[in-house]
Amino acid sequence: MAFLEIEDLAFTYEDLIMRFDLAVEAGECIGIIGPSGAGKSTLLSLIGGFERPLGGTIRVDNTDITHLPPADRPVTTLFQDFNLFPHLSTAQNIGLGRNPGLKLNAADEEQVAWALRQVGLEGFEGRLPGQLSGGERQRVALARSLIRHRPLLLLDEPFAALGPALRVEMLELTDLLRKAQGLTVLLVTHDPNEAARIATRTAFIAAGKVAMFGPTRAVLDSERSEIREYLGR
Amino acid sequence: MTLPRLGLITAALIAAAVVADYAVLLSGASAADLHDLATDTYLRRVVGFTFLQATLSATIAIAAAVPTTRALARQSAFPGRNLILQFCALPMVMPAVAAIFGIVAVYGRSGYVAELSGVFGSEWRPSIYGLTGILIAHVFFNLPLAIRLLLPAWSTVPGETWRLTAQLGMSSGQIFRLIELPLLRQYVPAALAFIFTLCFLSFAVVLTLGGGPRATTLEVAIYQALRLDVDLAQGGALAVLQTLACLVLVAIAWMTSRRLDFGRGTRLNTARFDGLSFGARLRDFITIVLAMGFVALPLAALVFDGLRGLFFTRQNLWSLLDAVAVTLTLGLPAGLLATVLAYPIAVAADRLRASNAATILIGIAGLAGIIASPMAIGAGITLALTGRIDLYAIAPAGVVAMNALLTLPFAVGVLRPAVARNHAQYDRLCAGLGIAGRDRFRVVEWPMLRPAIGLAFGLTTAASMGDLAAIALFGNQNLTNLTLLLYNQIAAYRMQTASGTALVLLALCLLSFVVIERAVGGRSRSLGLS
Repeated sequence: MAFLEIEDLAFTYEDLIMRFDLAVEAGECIGIIGPSGAGKSTLLSLIGGFERPLGGTIRVDNTDITHLPPADRPVTTLFQDFNLFPHLSTAQNIGLGRNPGLKLNAADEEQVAWALRQVGLEGFEGRLPGQLSGGERQRVALARSLIRHRPLLLLDEPFAALGPALRVEMLELTDLLRKAQGLTVLLVTHDPNEAARIATRTAFIAAGKVAMFGPTRAVLDSERSEIREYLGR
Repeated sequence: MTLPRLGLITAALIAAAVVADYAVLLSGASAADLHDLATDTYLRRVVGFTFLQATLSATIAIAAAVPTTRALARQSAFPGRNLILQFCALPMVMPAVAAIFGIVAVYGRSGYVAELSGVFGSEWRPSIYGLTGILIAHVFFNLPLAIRLLLPAWSTVPGETWRLTAQLGMSSGQIFRLIELPLLRQYVPAALAFIFTLCFLSFAVVLTLGGGPRATTLEVAIYQALRLDVDLAQGGALAVLQTLACLVLVAIAWMTSRRLDFGRGTRLNTARFDGLSFGARLRDFITIVLAMGFVALPLAALVFDGLRGLFFTRQNLWSLLDAVAVTLTLGLPAGLLATVLAYPIAVAADRLRASNAATILIGIAGLAGIIASPMAIGAGITLALTGRIDLYAIAPAGVVAMNALLTLPFAVGVLRPAVARNHAQYDRLCAGLGIAGRDRFRVVEWPMLRPAIGLAFGLTTAASMGDLAAIALFGNQNLTNLTLLLYNQIAAYRMQTASGTALVLLALCLLSFVVIERAVGGRSRSLGLS
């Protein structure tokens, strides 16, 4: 059994009927590419528990999580933006990952400090999100993902709003953390270079289905017309 | 002359009139009068009661609005939600005196609530006159307003935030404490101050439901000094006091409003995960039904009793029709005047916003109807003209002018965003094509602004028709509109007759609003302008 098993997961949005099948091994980093509106973000929303599937199952580590509320899943999602509450400090935003009511004890504070070190933001505890750069904000969100200790990390174009150099830096940080913490990562991206840089395997999603799934290089170099069209080759 | 300059001159004239008004008041009120005011126990009680009722009214309205708005925000798929939100706009165009009739019919001594408790053998007879009645009426008017003021707070929260709360496993209480409370702290103070000001200046409610000297506010005291005691000096002194208090209130409202920006989310219509459970849905449903029931019951009673009153009592048809004619003759010009004055002011406000002097002038003109109490304005006019002109003869003009001035802020408020949007979107295109002046108004502004102009004209007309302050100050046996007729009937406890008048007044206001908004606004809603 694979670590993450998605079987016949059905969902409809407007006219698009989606059916997903996917099996991911523990510790992998999977790139998810495909045209806009094909269902990439929907797939992540379904795994994260933000949308309800019409049928099918999602299993993580042999446990059926299809009907669990978002907070009870062994999953944490990072959005492209708005991952932080603007009126809470960096430490509070991260602390929410330990206690959703912000009642933090000494051990929790210790964890917050540890997570900040992991993302290279020591000393940023008191800053408000408005005082941080876009890259720093995503680092804080990443720190909260770490503190939740969920084995499956879903990234929904988290670095799309950043400049090229910063994007590479964040990708490398993510990959480093994945290896250090033993995480399994699903990364939705519009940039084939991002997938090529850190994804072991890549899924190409078109019209609500996983149209091709294999080693990243093989998918990106595929001669299939829909992939060539999408990549502009 | 260019439009912005015309707007600036209009604003300057209005501001000058307001300032002159106060100059007259101040010169009329000697230091001795002001000293008398400070030592007079009756007046001290009036001031105390004014603050007390406004504080309680605003607090209760907001306290009831917070859970209701939260329920409405959380249940975005609630059946009839849009209808409820439109219904919440109703009290804004509803004549106060007509609504008061409905409130008395439901919550009064022999109202439906008392009757219902009688069925269960209770001897309880609620007393609607005095503080209780004033509070009920103020909450009736301001609960829907508060809901409309607070609801935008929730729409500033991006969908990602709600997903985040679900991912972190926040409970409903934790969401309230960590997200909604900080959010409300941005919106509640300004809403509270605004509603406080409205209740502070409230005239019709207090005049009708206030029980004698124990339950009188400054606004009513000014009216009594001017109209009943004909003590112009005391009326003037009271008006100055009233306005000083309002200026302080507006300043407080200004200072307390601070914006918290959650940013614009990408997923706007994400469900609230904490509102999905059956318990949460039931709680929200009960909250919404209770709040809306409180507002809807008096309206239902008004319609029901009104129909009975119209058909089964011998209402003097001619006096009713006469009042309808007076209402239309005074209300339409007032609404038209307010809208015509508001348009150049709105244009000037957008074009000249870089100039501080212009901003201040336009601010004074636009706010005159809110900061200055209607009675203070009326008092100034009365003081200035007494002994010079026959007040009787200029009464209709006085009512129209006063109503236009009082409703001007609403018209400017409606027109300004639409005008600003037009400027921002089409200035460069018009400059490129050489469309300017009258052509620009005909080809670009009028078709684009029609919905906003229609809305402003409809609102100001309905508000003028339902206003009691101006007609109470200037009206007489030969100049009685529906609001004054209704007030006289309620004051004489002729409730059966009053019920018919109340319904006619309500119908006329709503009908005028709808007809004007449709006729002037046209069918250009499909452009997605409003």
